[in-house]
Amino acid sequence: MCKPRLAVFKFASCDGCQLSLLDAEDHLLAVADAVEIVYFPEATSHMEEGPYDIALVEGSITTPHDAERIQQIRKDARYLMTIGACATAGGIQALRNWADKDEFMQAVYATPDYIQVLETSTPIAEHVQVDFELRGCPINQYQLIEVIRSLLAGQTPRTPRHSVCLDCKRRGTVCVTVAQGTACLGPVTQSGCHALCPSYNRGCYGCFGPALQANLVSLSAQMEREGASKAEIAHKLKNFNAYAPAFRTESTRLVQLEGDQRG
Amino acid sequence: MTERKIKVETLTRVEGEGGLYVRLQGEQVQEVRLEIYEPPRLFEAILRGRPLEDAPDITARICGICPVAYQMSSVHAMEMALGVEITPEIRRLRRLLYCGEWIESHGLHMHLLHAPDFLGFESGLAMAKQFPDEVNRGLRLKKHGNQLVDLLGGRAIHPVNVCVGGFYRIPSRNEFQKLVPDFEWGLNAAIETTRWVAGFEYPELESDCEFVSLSHPDEYPMNEGVMQTSSGDQIEISDYREEFQEQQVPHSTALHAIRKTTGRPYLLGPLSRVNLNRDRLSPSARQLADEIAFEPECRNPHRAIIARGLELVHSYEEALQILRDEHSTKQPRMTYEYQAGVGMSATEAPRGTLFHRYEIDAEGKIVEADIIPPTSQNQAQIEVDLKAWVRQVIEKEESQVARLCENLVRAYDPCISCSTHFLNVTIERS
Ligand code: SF4
Ligand code: SF4
Ligand code: SF4
Repeated sequence: MCKPRLAVFKFASCDGCQLSLLDAEDHLLAVADAVEIVYFPEATSHMEEGPYDIALVEGSITTPHDAERIQQIRKDARYLMTIGACATAGGIQALRNWADKDEFMQAVYATPDYIQVLETSTPIAEHVQVDFELRGCPINQYQLIEVIRSLLAGQTPRTPRHSVCLDCKRRGTVCVTVAQGTACLGPVTQSGCHALCPSYNRGCYGCFGPALQANLVSLSAQMEREGASKAEIAHKLKNFNAYAPAFRTESTRLVQLEGDQRG
Repeated sequence: MTERKIKVETLTRVEGEGGLYVRLQGEQVQEVRLEIYEPPRLFEAILRGRPLEDAPDITARICGICPVAYQMSSVHAMEMALGVEITPEIRRLRRLLYCGEWIESHGLHMHLLHAPDFLGFESGLAMAKQFPDEVNRGLRLKKHGNQLVDLLGGRAIHPVNVCVGGFYRIPSRNEFQKLVPDFEWGLNAAIETTRWVAGFEYPELESDCEFVSLSHPDEYPMNEGVMQTSSGDQIEISDYREEFQEQQVPHSTALHAIRKTTGRPYLLGPLSRVNLNRDRLSPSARQLADEIAFEPECRNPHRAIIARGLELVHSYEEALQILRDEHSTKQPRMTYEYQAGVGMSATEAPRGTLFHRYEIDAEGKIVEADIIPPTSQNQAQIEVDLKAWVRQVIEKEESQVARLCENLVRAYDPCISCSTHFLNVTIERS
């Protein structure tokens, strides 16, 4: 029987998510022991054309050329799975979605006209249908393997959607908010890191994006009671998952409220 | 005369996206372009207006392979702006974290990305069938680097434990001690690896580049020093912007850098560091360099993999020393008050010197950010060397020339995601 063909594609990103795949090499072989990597430029010079059984897509869409490229990848792929905050929420580069792109380009390049970029940085799902989105900046390699395994077995992949707080409780980490008054996005952030930051004595900064039933309005109110300004809270949400709907709505609301107050 | 164009659409086994374009007129090389089409991500603009504490977390996302370098340069620059002095213990742990990144990055590049070129394979994975011991050794070395960054940084990619002033938490002495046996094995394995790559057959190529790297009187350069050049200049970090200039070129989203005084490109990275600081390598690394008769000033870029090996040995030896000595630093980080100011810093990322400069206001917000990553600085020199290389191999047929060019580009281990903040080969002949 032919092995399923796996391809890895990159858009605007830092390569960190696909590097997780290289870091997971032995697990990947052990767990799946069944895929053939046919396109993965970071790892191999061997490149085959589609169709592919699974296409892993890292990075967000930021150029007209990339907006076209993703269409072809969709046509070539049986399952298209996005990996990481860039691909699923537009990434840190989506901060330009709130700004004047031309002004941003001028701040970095002497002759911005040489380079064509779109006004926005958008998640892959805004351009094509996506079969599964894996969160994280970077992704968790064990989740990645589990999801590939499920797809190959014809099952619907599942990753936990509960918040980081629950993981803190499970591993017995003392809450940094309760104990030290440190601001923490854990209550509204999706699990995936085993509550890493609190275990290192810092607040979560949201790299796995919004949890399923995140109550952002209530968290903002709590942070305000502890002395954070609306602008500060908005900055916390405008991070690697700034353009994820729940975070986006809340940061916009906060900025607006602050504007009204200043009136 | 016929015009020939050679194009490599996608450069492989490099980090990020780019291509290569070569135009020939008969036997004359007309043009060589390293085309970086990695989309720009505009980090310097993104940082403006944000709290200064965001810099290490956000700039880490410029590159998944060398996040530690971005975190180190940014925290040093912020500390300069704030007037924060760190303790020798924190400084030592920052070097330990840096050792982890060098081990992970050099281990990956040497075994999985570059060695296949010398042995005729398309990837490290394909090479694994014939060279299982070497590939497994490489994977294990890379894993050690990851484990170290994992422990001290919290996670191997985009560590969470680094902050302005130090660390959020210092692992216990016991956690450090646990790594010692692996690192003892790794030191020997790194020596073996370097002997192995030193035995490869290297094509002749002489680059007339100027080597540039940080240099420090007592230690192998990693997190501070002055900029030393092979022409004998010493440049203070505060003069970085005056001495090195970035220019935009139409064919690349990465900026090109030159020395202002000479108008010529320069080279950063392992070859430059070893050439300029060989006497400050750790004892085992220095001894090994002599044993394999590594040239005192190696000008062949193909041989950079050997310099990487020497740095791998150095990183293991220095890391071991710190891991053994670490008695759990009491003060994880320094506190500070906000003050307006300007701070800058350069550290040695695996691929070369990385410069950060920030202007901050009295509320601790970033007003201006300026980041010069190593690959964009190396890009102009890579084009000069490629031109010389194409002249040498011009007789060969197109696909061969393209492959040989790609091999040379990989020797620099370019990191394209950083540089835009890389590679198709096109060769045109007429
Ligand atoms: S999600 Fe984060 S780790 Fe993944 S590619 Fe984007 S910036 Fe890098
Ligand atoms: S430390 Fe953060 S994630 Fe953990 S329980 Fe407290 S608020 Fe939740
Ligand atoms: S605690 Fe939050 S910021 Fe830290 S790794 Fe987990 S999701 Fe990311």
